[in-house]
Amino acid sequence: MRNQQATKLLFEMSRPGRRSHHLPALPAGSETVTDLLPAEQLADAPPPLPELSEGDVVRHFVNLSTQNMSVDTHFYPLGSCTMKYNPKRNERMASLGGIVDVHPLQDDESIQGMLQLLHELQGMFAEISGLPGVSMQPAAGAHGELAALFVAAAYFADKGETSRKVVLTADSAHGTNPASAQMAGFSTKTVKSGPNGLVDVEDLKSKLGDDTAVFMLTNPNTLGLFDAQVQEIADLVHQAGGLIYLDGANMNAILGITRPGDFGADLMHYNPHKTFSGPHGGGGPGAGPICVRDFLAPYLPGPIVEEHAGEFRCVNPAKSIGRVRSFFGNVGVLVRAYVYIRTYGKEGLRKVSEDALLGANYLLSKVKHFLDVPHGDRCMHEFVASASRLKKEKHLSAMDIAKRILDYGFHAPTVYFPLVVDEAVMVEPTETESKETLDAFAEALFRITEESDDLIQDAPLSTKISRPDDVTAARRPILRWTDPAS
Amino acid sequence: MSRDKTKLLYAETHEWVDVAEENGQQVATIGISDFAIEQLNDLVYMELPEVGKALDAGDEFGEVESVKAVSPLYSPIAGEVTDVHEGLPDELDNLNSDPFNFGWIVKIKITDASGLESLMDYAAYQKQCAESG
Amino acid sequence: MNGYLFHTDDDRREMLRSIGAESVQEIIDSQVPNELQMQQPLELPPAADEWALESDMRGLAARNASVSSHLCFMGGGAYDHFVPAVVDEIASRGEFYTSYTPYQAEVSQGNLQAMFEYETLVSEITGLDVSNASLYDGGSAATEAVLMALASVRKRNKVITSDAVHPQYRQILETYLHQIGVELVVVSASEQGTSEAIIEALDDQTACVLIQHPNFYGRLEDVEKIAAVTHEQGGLLIQSFDPISTGLLKRPGDMGVDIAIAEGQCLGNPLQYGGPYLGIMACRQELMRRMPGRIAGQTTDRRGNRCWVLTLQTREQHIRREKATSNICSNQTLLALRATIYLSLLGPQGLKETAEHCVVKTNLAREKFAASERFEIVHPQPVFKEFLVRDLQGDVAGLLKHAQGQGLLAGVPMKDLDSRYEDCFLVAVTEKRTEAELDRLIETLQSAPAGRASDATACDSSDNITVQSV
Repeated sequence: MRNQQATKLLFEMSRPGRRSHHLPALPAGSETVTDLLPAEQLADAPPPLPELSEGDVVRHFVNLSTQNMSVDTHFYPLGSCTMKYNPKRNERMASLGGIVDVHPLQDDESIQGMLQLLHELQGMFAEISGLPGVSMQPAAGAHGELAALFVAAAYFADKGETSRKVVLTADSAHGTNPASAQMAGFSTKTVKSGPNGLVDVEDLKSKLGDDTAVFMLTNPNTLGLFDAQVQEIADLVHQAGGLIYLDGANMNAILGITRPGDFGADLMHYNPHKTFSGPHGGGGPGAGPICVRDFLAPYLPGPIVEEHAGEFRCVNPAKSIGRVRSFFGNVGVLVRAYVYIRTYGKEGLRKVSEDALLGANYLLSKVKHFLDVPHGDRCMHEFVASASRLKKEKHLSAMDIAKRILDYGFHAPTVYFPLVVDEAVMVEPTETESKETLDAFAEALFRITEESDDLIQDAPLSTKISRPDDVTAARRPILRWTDPAS
Repeated sequence: MSRDKTKLLYAETHEWVDVAEENGQQVATIGISDFAIEQLNDLVYMELPEVGKALDAGDEFGEVESVKAVSPLYSPIAGEVTDVHEGLPDELDNLNSDPFNFGWIVKIKITDASGLESLMDYAAYQKQCAESG
Repeated sequence: MNGYLFHTDDDRREMLRSIGAESVQEIIDSQVPNELQMQQPLELPPAADEWALESDMRGLAARNASVSSHLCFMGGGAYDHFVPAVVDEIASRGEFYTSYTPYQAEVSQGNLQAMFEYETLVSEITGLDVSNASLYDGGSAATEAVLMALASVRKRNKVITSDAVHPQYRQILETYLHQIGVELVVVSASEQGTSEAIIEALDDQTACVLIQHPNFYGRLEDVEKIAAVTHEQGGLLIQSFDPISTGLLKRPGDMGVDIAIAEGQCLGNPLQYGGPYLGIMACRQELMRRMPGRIAGQTTDRRGNRCWVLTLQTREQHIRREKATSNICSNQTLLALRATIYLSLLGPQGLKETAEHCVVKTNLAREKFAASERFEIVHPQPVFKEFLVRDLQGDVAGLLKHAQGQGLLAGVPMKDLDSRYEDCFLVAVTEKRTEAELDRLIETLQSAPAGRASDATACDSSDNITVQSV
């Protein structure tokens, strides 16, 4: 059934002279390009793009699409990524004329509906986080993280505390944390996790001091555990004169249950494409709105939306760090978040998190019988199992499990992250999966642990390709098609 | 003149060092150990310093990459880079199979040899590898 | 209850039984200290039905002017180019838009192959060796290119750019460079463009030069000359380019540019009030390992089949952590996919003709403005797809408001973008505009009420602006 013809590269399907796009004639009597542009600026020929018919293009991409697993087609328990159902109504509403086709430099008066929506959404983000200052400029979670660290740096510079140059990151944190800190001009120190997977408070204490700027905390952390010491941690960091940054990657666990602003965070980012159901688009777009305490709000990147007597306008905060991207922000993603939050409303959002916890704990209760889960019997919205024992006993690694589960028709969990768990298998089912799906997934995982290692090491067996050669790809990179005839 | 790995000095960070006299100068030839290569698992890229670069003991002089890891290379001694194995990044297979001869990475003219004192002999290095492996 | 939750009561009981908990609250209590738990519900609007919400959304949308309700002559980095139906239809397939980063290559070949095709197309339109799989947008891509150049050309601490580069791109650059203590020199464009001023500012401490061509005002720069002088000083040249322009103009790589970046919104992506957009970046082979963002590469699988994977991942922050030069860990695959579909529909001839339409009709509009007594064209020829118009009566805000009332988004006012041109607005003409629409633009603007400076002879007084900007 697979269409090998249509999944050749676009360039291999090209035929000279074939085309699908036609433009009308130029206005009669107008000057020509050679009259209007200097010859030395002109190329001899347009770039050698492929030449295809519209039908070729459609068939090609539709056939390519069938080679992806996606939330619409498969259970996708990719830990840390919150691959929940992406509601179709979000798509329809984000595509409405008057929403999808507003020019970014239109004046505020001409887009009062858009600005009202964005203003309401700012308020929703503030309410859900418990942090009143909101900027929706950043284009992704990592971008929000960086913007928030710029805010922290500007705050300390403004206070004259220029010696605060150290950002503390947890050893279980995502790699963006230290990378963002570096880009914001800070140096980094790593705070260890204790044996229970939570922050080692003694180690934190030993690293706090006059040079501490920010402690970047993920809570619930990357092991899917809520760090109950968080209040104590926040007090310690605040006493040392530092700020708490909350990596909001795991907000899907705590909506309406607890709020970062209530447990001591000073700054945070959201991942609306995770928590608020924005489609992940094969890797993006996302968005990375940030929320901060009131004393940090003057430093936020602009524009942000303000309301005065029913009129909405974009403003830049008084001591703003400046822009981090062009125009307003990733509005298309924000509109989807708005539609999602309004769909659930005040009581529904808490149920989202409750069901995310229910699903994850249910799956944990099944999986722990055949895979070790080093950090306890309870979790928040995700848990991390370890294939360490299986690897020793029967050479079955986390990667092998990830590859074999594809044959059962499931996307793989996240593997080898967080780094603090050996042979980590990180599972996040989300609230939009039924009990039957979770049962079938647990059953498949169990069967894999019973299968022969020879079979598994060849997996996946059912996919078009299997175990690509990453080493050759990196050693001798081929990053574009080249015409064999040239 | 094949190098005998049991006669070399080793850094905690898995570089091997071979000190010899060339034209009246103490010159250290540096590479990475077979153990490190095995641990890194399929090297894909290597970044080398320029000839003439001055290094203090403990300075980074380059890095090696596998598919999913980057490891810095450290100079155990102070000195100046006098020679670099230019073709090595394109022949990583040969580095894998012969790390102590073909796989030399840089030569450094030693200006301060005190860093050599912190290096291990082969037996001590073997012990370190056994403990970490 | 609205939303997407659907466990039956029986399911819930069974799930809780398997967990060994009485209730979800018991699970919460086991994790979150009681004193940190919210005691009352979030203060949010009540849940909304799909139809009620759609009605609200239509109400909000109706209060926005947009390019579907108005004829659009606005540019300034985002353009009303035509988006073929195929782009929307394909990109709205759930298999594309509900998938994620291809961590498991075996079940992501569709995305990976499309990324590889995108990278090839970007190489072709830039004339450069290597493209990444996209960045956030054109503005942040410009900054990423500068950071990449600073990491490549070591021990140099100066960056030069010109005031003919998009003002917002320069603002982003200021935000980032301020944090790491790099000197940013912004030179001024003269009548002839920016090359002379850039050449004067260049020295052996310059890591890179960032230019825009065609520049923010639609004008062409002498890229080849700037490239030659920048290279003589050992620096790198970064060009922000217009992807559509490559249908006619020489490509960045053919003019000696080292890193090319662009806003890819023009390639089949909707305006959506500024984002998500598509950051394009390509560079020379030698700089490949300094490039931020994800990259797809070709390889073979264990059965010998050609296939695609994410590669060169050691550049990225999840491996390099604090030594990374960029923290970007996502890309705009969906928008890159749209650009890939768009360029494969256009083909070489379609891209060339689209560019021709822009140039020819922009210049036609320019002549029409020049013939009008109220307006003055600020810069001489040549221009690509936009140009700066001065209102000799000094009432840009009034003019644009009048035009909006007549169904036109007539241009981008410079007031908040460039203080030198407070009495000017930028007019962009894409291939979509017809000659009749150009006539309508001029007629509408000419029929606007006279500006407050209509009696004045010299009109670059900023007093006019303060009066109107209320």
